[in-house]
Amino acid sequence: MEFFPHHKVYDFMKVSRFFIVTTLSLAFVSIVLFFTHGLSYGIDFAGGTVVQLKYEQAAPMDKIREALAKDKLFSGAIVTEFGSPEEVQIRFASTTDGVTHDVGDIIRSTLKDSGTFDVRKVDIVGPKVGGELRQKGIMAAVLSMLGIMIYVGFRFEWTFAVASIITLMHDVAITTGALILFKVEMSLDVLAAILTLIGYSINDTIIIYDRIREELKSTKDMDLMHVINTSVSKTLSRTILTVLTVFFVVFTLYVFGGEIIHGFSFTMLIGLIIGSYSSIFISAPFLKVLGFSVEGYKNKMALKEKNRLEKAKMRSQYEKGTV
Amino acid sequence: MNSTGKFNYRLVIFLIAIIFGVVMSMPTFLQTQKGAKVSLGLDLQGGLHMVLGVKTEEAIKSKVKSIASSVKFFAQSNDVIIDDLRAIEETISFSLLDKDEEKKIDEMLKTISGLQVNKEALKYTLTLSDKEKDLIKEYALSQAVETIRNRLDQFGLSEPNVAKQGSDKILVELPGVKNAEDEQRARELIAKAAHLQLMAVDEKKQDRSATMSPTEAEQYGDVILSDAKSDHIRYILKEIPILDGSMLTDAKVGFDQMQQPVINFTLNSEGAKIFGDFTAGNVGNRLAIVLDNKVYSAPNIRERIGGGSGQISGGFSVKEAHDVAIALRSGALLAPVTMLEKRSIGPSLGADSIHASLMALVSGFVLVSAFMLFYYRMAGVVANIALIANLFLLIAIMALFGATLTLPGMAGIVLTIGMAVDANVIINERIRELLRQGMPITQAIEHGYENAMSAILDSNITSILTSVLLYVYGTGPIKGFAISTAIGISVSMLTAILGTHGIYDLLRSRIEKSNHNPIMWFGIKRSH
Repeated sequence: MEFFPHHKVYDFMKVSRFFIVTTLSLAFVSIVLFFTHGLSYGIDFAGGTVVQLKYEQAAPMDKIREALAKDKLFSGAIVTEFGSPEEVQIRFASTTDGVTHDVGDIIRSTLKDSGTFDVRKVDIVGPKVGGELRQKGIMAAVLSMLGIMIYVGFRFEWTFAVASIITLMHDVAITTGALILFKVEMSLDVLAAILTLIGYSINDTIIIYDRIREELKSTKDMDLMHVINTSVSKTLSRTILTVLTVFFVVFTLYVFGGEIIHGFSFTMLIGLIIGSYSSIFISAPFLKVLGFSVEGYKNKMALKEKNRLEKAKMRSQYEKGTV
Repeated sequence: MNSTGKFNYRLVIFLIAIIFGVVMSMPTFLQTQKGAKVSLGLDLQGGLHMVLGVKTEEAIKSKVKSIASSVKFFAQSNDVIIDDLRAIEETISFSLLDKDEEKKIDEMLKTISGLQVNKEALKYTLTLSDKEKDLIKEYALSQAVETIRNRLDQFGLSEPNVAKQGSDKILVELPGVKNAEDEQRARELIAKAAHLQLMAVDEKKQDRSATMSPTEAEQYGDVILSDAKSDHIRYILKEIPILDGSMLTDAKVGFDQMQQPVINFTLNSEGAKIFGDFTAGNVGNRLAIVLDNKVYSAPNIRERIGGGSGQISGGFSVKEAHDVAIALRSGALLAPVTMLEKRSIGPSLGADSIHASLMALVSGFVLVSAFMLFYYRMAGVVANIALIANLFLLIAIMALFGATLTLPGMAGIVLTIGMAVDANVIINERIRELLRQGMPITQAIEHGYENAMSAILDSNITSILTSVLLYVYGTGPIKGFAISTAIGISVSMLTAILGTHGIYDLLRSRIEKSNHNPIMWFGIKRSH
């Protein structure tokens, strides 16, 4: 089975200007959203308490809210259904730091008249811990981008490194924008999904860059746009196939993974689409934007080759004892 | 051996890897008693995860207090008159009345390590050096870890994990805690200071206990503590205890004549001597048994008590007595602990999560392998064999590392399925390209692998790079995710590249016999 006619070279670059402008503006809008609306942080980062209960019958939401309203500790508590009508999630900002008696115990006694329930989960994250987790998360994201940039710079060219980082920032920005838009809470799992998306997106980009590098070596064509079009077309079926297989598994995670992992799988789904799209329409054409030229590259390679040959010649002369 | 007569080392390595993977992952799948296996994280099996903060600065304060009492003890027993001895926060101050005694006291202070002595005329200010403070903090933390671990071990929970985190935090993980009652008991046990003191009742002042203020008591060198059962009963006690729990060697639950649970404790020889001397000299007076600043009992001393054993009674339940005895045996906490983070997961939620993620794993696997089969025919079969081997090896290596499987870790494994076939997709697409140029299959396979190598390596290395950073900067379950993806990707290089190549080597003669039929082997029509 084949998805695409194999000999055809699609003119991706013709439309790339339109895509670059569109999605970079989208990324920009996401950044604006980030500063105006902001992400809604889960308790992992903001601190606070989340309690998850499962009632024997449908959860008495009004009774729960009423009972919670009596205690100042629970002010601003958000009570929501969680996956099924029997399950509720209660979230509020307060935490207690007592080891022997904590807010989980208090909520248990506060709600004891609301019906028979099983406390399935109590998460309490103190404000200090939340701050630390946020700091570590940002560190991980920044460091992984830096690491990728250094690696790509080392294996390819600096223009490739810069273009790949711009692509990654574009991906992260748009995914974050989607999180804000769909009101997905920023939790440790979602952060992990974003970092995975960084890994996935660069993976895709590198496959295309690798092909461009290969084409550059063999082609006589001096037009970068042609080289990119050929490379992207040749890797297109791979890109689509891998997106499909990963999409299958992320989609099953999204459908079967349960409420707890929804944030993760949602982020992965969005990130997967953005990441594959951007490796074709952002990372490749950005080489042109950054002024990469085939001629320059070829000259550089020729110079490198010349130096290598000269060195080899010197060595052989040295070994023969003529120098 | 394959048809060319060359030794098929790829297949041999692959087969060894498969055998290794299947054998080493068996303990995990069958959950046998013996052998290394992947244990389930707290989010999957239920349990209690806590990050406790240790107030290490309290350990410094109590150290400062104890230095103050030894200064006081020294002055009293050597007839050195000092005035206005104060221990406020982390500073001790006092004045020496007689300049002739200066040498004596200076020498004594020199014996205390890490003490900084500041003198203005005869007014002394004592502080601890920063280095000493750091040492005390460090000791308080490791002592707290040790103590909590001891207590939990004796409590009888399965596999408690207690570890230092940073400079003032402790991670406590209790997979055995399944309900609210167990959790409450475990938390009380952890937090109990278990500071036992034997103190003399100030008999001259005791009749004023109802009215005296704490500040007034302080002036007499006394302290007011209330009874464990009733806050209204107060005792006026000598501030400096006769002895404390550090001289305790054992504590056991027993029963008194009324069949009430009590705790019998035994003192070491030094403690026994002090206890004996004190009781001999104070017959008729009362001795208060104080635990965590509550008076449990204050019996009259009828005679000298030798042998160094005593009893704490005071209306415990049997469970409480049991827990207090554990806490006493494992020693007092030098610094109080607070709760910074707590995650408790009920076993039913964990079971739901396992079910959901297994569902995702199986359906993800079925979808991907069916797709590969459909798209690539025989090459799909080969890729699927590598994929199965990958999963076994992944579990085996995680088991060897003693890794814990968390819910994000499960997500990582599911994701690995998608990522692992990527290498085969890249290789197969390269092979197809060559086949279209009219190359025979066997040759196309060799060149296809060669051409695909740099792309696979570069992309996998960057993915592993991000996983490593995720591991270093992630916490708890996220680390689980990082481990499973990093191992999964690394293993895929063995199975998806070397393994599949070995299989093709094995099939070489069959490929040739089939007259290099590309539709059967790689799912594309022969080029013209």
